[in-house]
Amino acid sequence: MNGSRKDHMQYLDGMEVLTSDTMERVCQAVQSYDYNRYTTADAQSAISREVRTPEDFAALLSPAAEPYLEDMAQAARSETRKHFGSSVYMFTPIYISNYCENHCIYCGFNCHNNIRRARLDIEAIDKEMAKIAAAGLEEILILAGESRAVSDVEYLGEACKTAGKYFKMIGLEVYPMNSGEYEYLHRCGADYVTVFQETYDADIYETLHLAGPKRIFPYRLNAQERALKGGMRGVAFGALLGLADFRKDAFATGMHGWLLQRKYPHADISFSCPRLRPIINNDRIHPKDVDERQLLQVITAYRLFMPFAGITISTRERAGFRDQIITIAATKISAGVSTGVGGHCEDTKEKGDQQFEISDHRSVDEIFKMIVEQGMQPVMNDYVYV
Amino acid sequence: MQEDKFVLGGREFESRFILGSGKFNLNLITAAIEYAGAQIITLAVRRANSSGAGNILDCIPEGITLLPNTSGARTAEEAVRIARLARELGCGNFIKIEVIRDAKYLLPDNQETIKATEALAEEGFIVMPYMYPDLNTARDLVSAGAACVMPLGAPIGTNKGLCTREFIRILIEEIEVPVIVDAGIGCPSQACEAMEMGAAAIMANTAIATAGNIPVMAEAFKKAVEAGRAAYLAGLGRVLDGKASASSPLTGFLE
Repeated sequence: MNGSRKDHMQYLDGMEVLTSDTMERVCQAVQSYDYNRYTTADAQSAISREVRTPEDFAALLSPAAEPYLEDMAQAARSETRKHFGSSVYMFTPIYISNYCENHCIYCGFNCHNNIRRARLDIEAIDKEMAKIAAAGLEEILILAGESRAVSDVEYLGEACKTAGKYFKMIGLEVYPMNSGEYEYLHRCGADYVTVFQETYDADIYETLHLAGPKRIFPYRLNAQERALKGGMRGVAFGALLGLADFRKDAFATGMHGWLLQRKYPHADISFSCPRLRPIINNDRIHPKDVDERQLLQVITAYRLFMPFAGITISTRERAGFRDQIITIAATKISAGVSTGVGGHCEDTKEKGDQQFEISDHRSVDEIFKMIVEQGMQPVMNDYVYV
Repeated sequence: MQEDKFVLGGREFESRFILGSGKFNLNLITAAIEYAGAQIITLAVRRANSSGAGNILDCIPEGITLLPNTSGARTAEEAVRIARLARELGCGNFIKIEVIRDAKYLLPDNQETIKATEALAEEGFIVMPYMYPDLNTARDLVSAGAACVMPLGAPIGTNKGLCTREFIRILIEEIEVPVIVDAGIGCPSQACEAMEMGAAAIMANTAIATAGNIPVMAEAFKKAVEAGRAAYLAGLGRVLDGKASASSPLTGFLE
């Protein structure tokens, strides 16, 4: 660690410290994961098993499994159909603020990036949400840049309450918080929390997150567990593939979900599989560091390891990839996406630049039709808040 | 043969096949209902709660009895709230109770299911509880006012058939309300087997929804359920243990 920077393993004041061995177990699993020691026989055996262990998952993510990608896809499709039938869930994100206190060198929202900043007031959120709901969506994912000062928990709570007027299911992808705060937001109507760990390699994490609360690695890693303790029904996990060794990060992500599922068996677990995308003012980001075949390997490995888990496919990926992956392993797809603030209504006064460039610009109607054409069933809502 | 009606909650049905709806492509569900000859179709309240495009309620033909379920409930209290919502949505008085707090295998929580059954039966619902096949639980469910019991054959979606066969057999023997085998039935022969054992009806979803040809598979299930029921009513012949009967019986010495 650079001596002038804060210790990324030390909690800051006000951060809740969980008594939990989850982080230790995830980190141990990753440290001992040597993907080069797996053989083609290990990979074949993992594909053909009925119930797969962490060791099978490790083999599925290894280079030895690459020649069996078609077999993995076939097996993944079978598992997905068994657990989810034809259903493909649709949603869209809404970015309500892009102010951020963190300096993450790969992210378009980082506090030193000179972009147009905005924070929607509740009236503007209401208007944007009404517009999104009019397209037929019933699930929303509320996103905000990580700034407690600009987007405090009360503000997020009001956003959730407003979402409750238009949507049946409300998810949050905001800064990690304490379990009591998650409990408050759950009471405001949110029931799902997504937190991307970005990378589970603490040393690399330290070099990418130079300042801000996000720099504190363990506080972020334990966010899902605090969310579950706060009463949230579901939690989502994701590593930003391409930041570090993607095989190790994918293994860590799966193990994180697996360990929490064993500890909280009632919880809905889901995975996102984002790859790096170009951002404004940084042309050194290379999204091709993880290629499509490798991305497919990761997604199918998640499916085979945890057949019952949700998998969300991002607009970071091109249309042709998204159209096929929903028939193999992904269960949720975003549509009509804008990653900028105030991007849904032309007359919203507050406009903030986007977090990253998207690849799939299709509308809700277009994605709906595509799902039907793939022989699948678009599902707007499969959830009741109780 | 005398008329053989399936009576549930005071209603008479000719079909003994209940179709689950959660995994279907909605364009194909009408055909599945028709070819399966199903008169009862389950639907998750959380799905029925949807509106606009892709609303499952728009795809269910008239005259079909809706059997809303409480999937998504993790406690008795949540199941009761979802059941009340089903009633508000106009789904009628039938309710299939599912209380599940295991996202991996989706195994039912028998204790919470008993509590929910008691509460909902008191409110006038026709309660159909999904359960792990345990005799004591089944008796408690009947005492709590269940209209039937719905033991699982195998975990939901596995298509593994009657893994719990012996315990379901005990329920059929001991429980006086209809025993409907729910979950795990993966092919028509397994449905037939359950009916031959004396199950009052069977329920399936994944086996049909994920078949290569949905209408044909739906029809195959219909025939299997009918064949199994007919065999049960006819009385199955005795089954020998694989050895031939001794030609010199042990009792031959008797005068």
